[in-house]
Amino acid sequence: MVTFQEISPADFFYRNRDIAGFTNPTRAIFSSVRELTENALDASDLTDILPEIYIRLSNEGESGREADIYRLRVMDNGSGIPARHVPSAFGQVLFGSKYKLKQTRGTFGLGGTMAILYGQITTHKPANVASSTGTSKIYEYKLVIDIQRNRPIIVDRKIHVNKDRWHGTVVEFCLEGDYIRAMPKILEYLKQTAVVNPYANIAFADPKGRLYKFTRVTTKMPPPPKETLPHPYGVDVETLQRLIRITKCRNMLDFMRTHFHRVGESISLSSLKFIGFIRTKDPKTLKPEEVTRLVQTMQSFREFPNEVDVETLQRLIRITKCRNMLDFMRTHFPKVSESVSLRLLQSAGFIRTKDPRKLKPDEIVRLVRMMKRFKGFLPPDASCLSPLGEELLEAGILKELNPEYIVVHQRKPFTYSGHPFIVETAIAYGGNVPKKGDFALYRFANRIPLLYDETSDVSWRIIKSINWRRYRVTPDMPIAILVHLCSTKIPYKTVGKEFIADRPEVKREILNGLREVARQLQRFLSKREHVEKARRRFATISKYLPKIAEYSTELAGKEEPPDIEKLLKSVEKFEEN
Amino acid sequence: MERKKEVLKGLTNFGAGLYDQMDEGVFPWIKMPSRSIENILYSPEVRQYILGDKTVRRSSRNIRHIRPLTQLVWAAYFAKELAKHRKTSTLRDVYYSAQAYNVPFKDQPESNNIITDLETVSGFAREDFNVFPEERSAVFGDLTIEYTVPGYEGRQLNLTSHPDGVLIGPALTSSEFAETTADKVIAIEKGGLFTRFIEELVHKKFNAILVLTAGQAPRATRHFLHRLNKELSLPVHIFTDGDPWGMHIAMVIISGSANAAHLRELTTPDAKWGGVWATDIVDYKLPSDRLTEVDIKRLYELQKDTRYGGELWQREVKTFLKIKKKAEQEAFSRYGLTYIVDEYLPAKLEEADN
Repeated sequence: MVTFQEISPADFFYRNRDIAGFTNPTRAIFSSVRELTENALDASDLTDILPEIYIRLSNEGESGREADIYRLRVMDNGSGIPARHVPSAFGQVLFGSKYKLKQTRGTFGLGGTMAILYGQITTHKPANVASSTGTSKIYEYKLVIDIQRNRPIIVDRKIHVNKDRWHGTVVEFCLEGDYIRAMPKILEYLKQTAVVNPYANIAFADPKGRLYKFTRVTTKMPPPPKETLPHPYGVDVETLQRLIRITKCRNMLDFMRTHFHRVGESISLSSLKFIGFIRTKDPKTLKPEEVTRLVQTMQSFREFPNEVDVETLQRLIRITKCRNMLDFMRTHFPKVSESVSLRLLQSAGFIRTKDPRKLKPDEIVRLVRMMKRFKGFLPPDASCLSPLGEELLEAGILKELNPEYIVVHQRKPFTYSGHPFIVETAIAYGGNVPKKGDFALYRFANRIPLLYDETSDVSWRIIKSINWRRYRVTPDMPIAILVHLCSTKIPYKTVGKEFIADRPEVKREILNGLREVARQLQRFLSKREHVEKARRRFATISKYLPKIAEYSTELAGKEEPPDIEKLLKSVEKFEEN
Repeated sequence: MERKKEVLKGLTNFGAGLYDQMDEGVFPWIKMPSRSIENILYSPEVRQYILGDKTVRRSSRNIRHIRPLTQLVWAAYFAKELAKHRKTSTLRDVYYSAQAYNVPFKDQPESNNIITDLETVSGFAREDFNVFPEERSAVFGDLTIEYTVPGYEGRQLNLTSHPDGVLIGPALTSSEFAETTADKVIAIEKGGLFTRFIEELVHKKFNAILVLTAGQAPRATRHFLHRLNKELSLPVHIFTDGDPWGMHIAMVIISGSANAAHLRELTTPDAKWGGVWATDIVDYKLPSDRLTEVDIKRLYELQKDTRYGGELWQREVKTFLKIKKKAEQEAFSRYGLTYIVDEYLPAKLEEADN
């Protein structure tokens, strides 16, 4: 017999923890460190506080299944979580503060809770969370997750006095893991995190008692991202219906202007005209006072070029065959553009649009479809994004790789399917850049290092498609390539957030970004080669010319050798150029 | 001795040219005829290969030129030292000596090539600079020479004084010809036959100076033959094996090689190839071997070679290709050990005179 049952989101991820990156003890301990570190960094970014993050992992003994029990503690000095949200934030899957349209590291409200959930199912111990937003109290909770109901169960709650007005969050829980195997990835993760967070202090005390410190080299933080409205190109039917449900607007013009990103009156008018949602009066039905109002508007409208009076307009209305005011304007004032006509008519009060709440389902579908076709929307601005910036990126790379040469490049904001994004690229050469027979690729998305599934990533494929010999570059050189993608929506291929899918727009920006830094590297390499060549030339000439002088003096039977100093100097001078 | 002075003067001028350039603040450079294949032409007037008008320039400004240029200046210096101190040397010797002066060559061919450059730029053969190859050729006959080498100046030697012949080495090459009763020169490819000719008193019976080329004649030997022909007006007859290779030994003595296009006085254009001809193989019914594929390929090459334009050469090449056979000089032994001297040689010499 077939039985049907409903499962909670927590239950779903409990059953499918692979997709969230908790496949095995090695991966689980890595993912836990990573998720909590990212939450900690996000908490600092939001409030413009220089992050101080302390991670401690200690061994609590064997678990008996080729893995050990570890206690993970992550402390930050971020904004803290309001007391009433603490249990849900850590004890309920898919509860979070990041379901907004701006760039954050986390997006799903999943990672932190998944880590705790994993700890709970492998060790049967409650998690400890303490947080304060800088008020006079620190709230400490002992929690377990009711997996079947996706609800936190508060085991214990304490309130401490916060004398120093500390703010931040401390999360501590036990989990089963394999640190020995996970260690290289964890250290690499922290190092790469330090590259893109050069303003953060990160300390990691590992189970072997070693302390890894990643110290900030700058106190500058990138400006925090602003929350943004959805862009018309990125909207689907469901989003539109949710907007209609909550909107206070009573006509489509206001609706477009209020709920969409970079839509003003003019664009609102012309897009609705394009979509076919604008109705205007029949000129024949205009009342005398309406004609007067139209003439007045025309006369006061700067962009309206014609001289016009009431009499002329009335004559035109008498002879016209047009059945609506837009056609009327187009026919009788052909010099006036549609955009100006629309604004003029709107200004004179001749434009009617529907009430958004009364749109029929087929009209909503049509609206979504036509909005995507309309070419007049402005591209989203990037204020909702928080790229690192060339200066900080350079500081981060210098700090961790100490290369001989570095070039960083930030692309202009761009969009894919209505989502703004910015690509930042960098190439580091020499120094501590590893030489491993192929380029070292550092991938970042919203300041998160991506460490797994490198070869599936769009950047990897782009790098493989570039003809590097054109840039005088060969894979045996010590070269690190860095690609950072910022977006309100990173096109990840999996919930595990490990690699980025091929979107044509994203791909093109990454490619162009890489080409730019590759060109700069080429310039550096050829300049270096040039200097090297000049140096070799000087060395060779200084080796042989004196001998030519010596033997030709002997051959010619002269007493003194010729003066070749000037000749040698002329070659040496060349080197400095 | 005039020649020695000229050589010294040439080397001095070469050095002075470079010296002056440097003194004027110019990176020293030289110009010399190009020895590339496309600049080697056969000259019917001179009757040998010569270099054309193309030149190469080597400048110490150029990073790829300065090393060979330095080596060349050193080689000139070394040659002058040899001449001054009247010492001789070999190509191998030059290669090792360079290391003592800290201008090492990377290998023997590089060193040899620089010596050839020196010949090209100066117009003298390396033998003029007392640089000789390893010797193996010899001469026997009634010719009295007078040595000019240190310690032997003025001393004379008759070249019949040793029954094995006298080595054509540096001392013999630089000697003066005093007197001779011979009226011809016979050059022989192989040592066995050279000895047989001495035993059979060919030098007396035919009034000839015998020269052993020992395979392809070394440059010193070719120069020696040239001198016998020019200075003593003696006709030169060449006897080799009857195959394309023997034929070419004779041709190099007569018309020279492309490798020596930059040099004169190494050829004897009036010398005659006496045999063994392909037609001899037929006429004398000589024991023979079949031509190999390599032999045949070589014959086709020679057929197209400008030096082989003459009637005799074309006829013999064609005959070789027709009969597809070759014979060594020793093949005459089937008719008895003295047959070659008693029958063949007189017939051939007579044929050459007609």
